[in-house]
Amino acid sequence: MSVTGADDDGPLYASSKKVYPQKVTGPFRRMKWMILIFALGVYYLLPFVRWNRGPNLPDQAVLADLPNRRFYFFFIELWPQEVYYFTGLLVIAALALFLMNSIAGRIWCGYLCPQTVWTDLFLAVERFFEGDRRERIKRDEAPLNMDTIRRKVGKHAVWLLIAWWTGGAWVLYFADAPTLVRDLATFKAPAAAYLWIAILTFTTYTLAGIMREQVCIYMCPWPRIQAALTDDDALNVTYRYDRGEPRMSVKEAARAKSASQPAGDCVDCHQCVAVCPTGIDIRDGAQLSCIQCSLCIDACDNVMTKIGRPKGLIVYDTDGNVQRRIAGETPVYKPIRARTLIYAAIISIVGGAMLYQLATRSTAAISVLHERNPLFVRLTDGSVRNAYTIRVSNKRPENRSFAITVQGVPGAVLTVPEAAPTADYRAVVTVPPDTTREVRAFVTVPRDVPMQKSQSIVITASDLFAGEVVNASDHFMGP
Amino acid sequence: MSHDTAHGGDRSVAEKIDAATGQTIRSHEWDGITELNTPLPRWWINIFYATIIWSIGYWIVYPSWPLVSDYARGVIGYSSREDVSADLDAIKAFRAKQATGLEKASLEDIARTPDLRRVALAAGRAAFGDNCAPCHGAGGAGALGYPNINDDDWLWGGSLDAIHQTLTNGIRAAGNDKTRIGLMSAFGRDGVLKTDEVRAVANHLRTLAKLAPEKNYDQAKGAKIFADNCASCHGPQGNGSLEFGAPNLSDGIWLFGSNLADIIETVTNGRQGVMPAWGGRLDPVIIKALSVYVQSLGGGK
Repeated sequence: MSVTGADDDGPLYASSKKVYPQKVTGPFRRMKWMILIFALGVYYLLPFVRWNRGPNLPDQAVLADLPNRRFYFFFIELWPQEVYYFTGLLVIAALALFLMNSIAGRIWCGYLCPQTVWTDLFLAVERFFEGDRRERIKRDEAPLNMDTIRRKVGKHAVWLLIAWWTGGAWVLYFADAPTLVRDLATFKAPAAAYLWIAILTFTTYTLAGIMREQVCIYMCPWPRIQAALTDDDALNVTYRYDRGEPRMSVKEAARAKSASQPAGDCVDCHQCVAVCPTGIDIRDGAQLSCIQCSLCIDACDNVMTKIGRPKGLIVYDTDGNVQRRIAGETPVYKPIRARTLIYAAIISIVGGAMLYQLATRSTAAISVLHERNPLFVRLTDGSVRNAYTIRVSNKRPENRSFAITVQGVPGAVLTVPEAAPTADYRAVVTVPPDTTREVRAFVTVPRDVPMQKSQSIVITASDLFAGEVVNASDHFMGP
Repeated sequence: MSHDTAHGGDRSVAEKIDAATGQTIRSHEWDGITELNTPLPRWWINIFYATIIWSIGYWIVYPSWPLVSDYARGVIGYSSREDVSADLDAIKAFRAKQATGLEKASLEDIARTPDLRRVALAAGRAAFGDNCAPCHGAGGAGALGYPNINDDDWLWGGSLDAIHQTLTNGIRAAGNDKTRIGLMSAFGRDGVLKTDEVRAVANHLRTLAKLAPEKNYDQAKGAKIFADNCASCHGPQGNGSLEFGAPNLSDGIWLFGSNLADIIETVTNGRQGVMPAWGGRLDPVIIKALSVYVQSLGGGK
């Protein structure tokens, strides 16, 4: 093996270059502002939305009630054993990312990711205090003066305030929001609440204020997965080098054209670079650091409009189409193709299954456990009896009475010693609101019924008033 | 790899640029394989250093180094052992609170009130596993000579009070003057009945429980011996008596076995099963909980 090498390749570590994104206006910027206002509005205000569930249950629309092990989402109440709904949500979320990606690239990164949304907000605050790109660069290069210090202190104070509010909103999803706000203000809230607020204040301030594009470029796995998900037909923020090259100023272009030489539309004004929140040059092509926020499209369109050239030098397109234009062919757009159809189909199937499950799910549940020691006993009158532990869950906010019965063995009778029989039923179990009750039940089969070692039975709980019926299968063991 | 060590100074080697990415290439090369120059961000290594500093703080605050006869205890004096004892104390306090609930309530109230019942069943199940399971089995299934608690056949009564009395004072428990005593004599060994008489009555007992007797056994003799010797405790029909703890002989449940040989053994040598008195050995609250639990197994009577 031959090994050759020089002595000095420079450092293994590089200080990050500070990015000063410039303010930009345009349709994409407007859309991003709207998404930001909507997303943060939902995040900060949702805990305060009320939803009446009756006297015995919390009236917060969205609540993760960890101590009582319940998750509430408007009309949905989930118990821990129904956590598979979240698995379904995660499957849908993953496939939605795939689908977005196969249609128009990193929509998630550019518009929806919390890192992007909060960074946008923090950048707006930075601009408010320290001015736009040029002013900030100048200020950072100049020696510190009182004015700069005042502005920087103001910026960090507002950042911390937003970060603190972010953490504060987070904990409100885990307890009754108005009560917790009062407790937090009067220092009566649990220590965990303050700790979580502190943690989220720290992470929001650090990630959105300080780390910013470094999170996307170095910490996030998503850009790496990205490369595997894109294909020839997926739209991406693309610099149309067929139109832009060779770059030259307006004057040079006029001169070149009059001399019948090629002249590109790109005037090399670097506006696309100036507005980029990750500090890259989109004209270098698709790259890991590009979160596809489309701000360069707005910036370039503004310049093109000003100099009287058509918009769309930077545009959602594919590299294939750029090549086709160079070859004089018609661009091809295939948003509907096997890949997107399959993703959409799987999303519909999983979503449909979840909706069906949710629509038909019962508000009661029964589980039965056969007693194993002994498997059966013979009673003094010669009959054979099996014991079971039965759990009946009542997922409604009121008392419910369930008649417990058994089918499957002729003559079998189910009794529950701790539940008094009624005129119509041998065993009626009353379950308090939103709880599970466990009872010991006996199934007795008379002496004259032929016995087998094991017979299948079904134990049924029927709501005496609402009529809801739930079943569980088990076995009846005999000698 | 020693060639790869950077040690500053001469940067005379021209920087090579990778055509595809536009990035510079580090100068080392293995059989034509080169590496792009992608330095890690400085903050990355700085976070690594920060974690090292953090760990030093950890050493100071928390217990860390083993010393010769002790260990560095840390400035806040944290001890996981103390965490455990605090947890145990909390459980003890919680149980004490529940115990007072059981202590004040009557057995019937405990069995009737869902909250108390739940506590009693949990405590009873644990106490049963510790104290009763060796003889009666983990689920109370019993064994030859040790009653099955899950059936409806109770030697001394299946009411809560009867069970509580049995648990507290035991059966034929030595040194307990309130213990339950029933005497099944050794009819054969003591010479009350001769061998053929024992055999006859044993066959008669099997007929009481609707089991097939030996052919040609002396029916009249068996019935007479039963009436003369057994009926006083077990009743004329062999239905037993809770008062003496005399088992019901007419049901299908045989504590000491239903074979002819088993029954002959029982009649010849008697049976004197012993259950210890748990009063004084177990906490009174636990005995109450056990009573409720034991009754729940078979549903009581």
